Amino acid sequence: MTPVISPFSLFFASIFTSNILLANFLGMCSFISISKDMKSSNGLGLAVTVVLTVTTGINWAVLQLLEALGLVYLRYIVFIIVIAAVVQMLEMIIDRISRPLYMSLGIFLPLITVNCAILGVSLFMEIRDYSFWQSVVFGLGSGLGWWLSILALSAIRKKLDKAPVPAGLKGAGITLITIGFMAMAFMGFSGMLQVQ
Amino acid sequence: METSAIIQAFIAPLTIGGISAVLGALISITDKIVNNYGDLVIDINSGKRELEIKGGAPLLLTLAENGIFIPSACGGRGSCGACKVKVVTDVGPHLPTETPFLNKEEMADNVRLSCQIKVKENLQIEIPDSLFNVKQYAGTIEQIVDLTHDIKEVYVKLPEGSEIDFVCGQYGQFEAPPYDKIKTPTQRAYSMSSAPSDRSHLEFLIRLVPGGIVTTYVHEHLTEGQKINVVGPFGDFNVKDTAATMICVAGGSGMAPFKSIFNHMIDTGEIQTREIWFFFGARTKNDLFYLDWLNELDAEYEKFHFVAALSEPQPEDNWDGATGLITEVLAKFLTDKVDRSQPLEGYLCGSPGMLDACMAVMRQFELSEDKIYFDKFA
Repeated sequence: MTPVISPFSLFFASIFTSNILLANFLGMCSFISISKDMKSSNGLGLAVTVVLTVTTGINWAVLQLLEALGLVYLRYIVFIIVIAAVVQMLEMIIDRISRPLYMSLGIFLPLITVNCAILGVSLFMEIRDYSFWQSVVFGLGSGLGWWLSILALSAIRKKLDKAPVPAGLKGAGITLITIGFMAMAFMGFSGMLQVQ
Repeated sequence: METSAIIQAFIAPLTIGGISAVLGALISITDKIVNNYGDLVIDINSGKRELEIKGGAPLLLTLAENGIFIPSACGGRGSCGACKVKVVTDVGPHLPTETPFLNKEEMADNVRLSCQIKVKENLQIEIPDSLFNVKQYAGTIEQIVDLTHDIKEVYVKLPEGSEIDFVCGQYGQFEAPPYDKIKTPTQRAYSMSSAPSDRSHLEFLIRLVPGGIVTTYVHEHLTEGQKINVVGPFGDFNVKDTAATMICVAGGSGMAPFKSIFNHMIDTGEIQTREIWFFFGARTKNDLFYLDWLNELDAEYEKFHFVAALSEPQPEDNWDGATGLITEVLAKFLTDKVDRSQPLEGYLCGSPGMLDACMAVMRQFELSEDKIYFDKFA
């Protein structure tokens, strides 16, 4: 049985020591492609954070229902349906409230549906038996962690644009190496607190 | 025991269905609340027309519901790029779905694809005045004639009491209803081949394009007596009001606007006063049509010259007319037969490849670009 961890520590752990991107390597595709541009990275980070927080909460409730009915094996498909629906609603709401943000996110907003970090967090929540508040905090923390990482990477890539990178490593190559270094740096936090 | 087994079998799909239904309902509720933009006003051409509309739908659809038909070949899916409209009100930057169809000047001029932008505020837009004349007609197919193995002449009667006012050379959008695997009504543009004086009918020449949605429908499903929607007139291909010699070149169903033009000139008498050369290109004799009528015009009117050219005449065709690609025939006639001391104007209608090749020939004979008018099949 997983030791009960306070939502407060869980929040920091999910941002730093168990960063969804740099410790679990989830959500890499948009991480690599969007981090070219800092402004989009910021918008996407915000959107991922909101979707993660909301879907983890809803999926926790849905999971209770599935457990009661003995249908836990349906969790993958149900989680994805919930995520898709939440993204749809979020898209409409952002469009109405803030057109500039909607415009700057563009196609990446609907693409959050297939971001594996979102599904990953819901599945972690399930295997780690989190309570409702732990789930929401874990979702929020993971989102902020994802946001922090993509912002950091896009800042580094901005510097890299001017660096003398060997021709063969330009683009995705040097980006992956950079991510590796970042992951090692984040590993430094892991001694402080463990969530598994 | 048996009932519980049945319940067991259905509980999984029912649960997923139930969850999806709840989420679907939530989405529609959000849609109703969030996308309710209330009553809005669209101002067209600074006050010429004002439409009071319900917001939230794409501009193209909103305008069509109010009787303003912007040309659109794909029906609002953003794949043809025809429904360009200048939107004076700032509705945000161009969308990724719009940019492939717009050039730099259009972008700077606030030209938008009307099917891609939604009406969310009061809008001020500008459209060509001629579009006010565009209407949708629920026509009836009066006659279908096979002109060649792949071209049909379709004669449409407009509904009782309605008339259309168009200039020869313009086109209409012919709508095929859903059929077979095609789930939505599909519109495609075809030039009118009837004369403008026949105000209660429209005629189109429709060539079967392999895989074409509307042309396949016309060739395989359309029957006489059937109702069909036609929207028009559109387009700015027309005969300029000058005395210049007309060098007309057509291929296949590119005949359509010229049939309309020549019939109109017969009506006005212009055919007797203006020098006209009409070159019609085809592969074999099987692809030729209206030969008798055009040869009659050639014989009857001194200034009308008709040249049919076959690029691959078959032995059984017994062809004694011009032979070779239409470009070669055109070049030969421009060299020997056409009086080039008079001003010339080029009129072209056909496939993009043929048009570009013919324009190159015309340029060699010092016909300047702005004197060549064309209607390119898209």
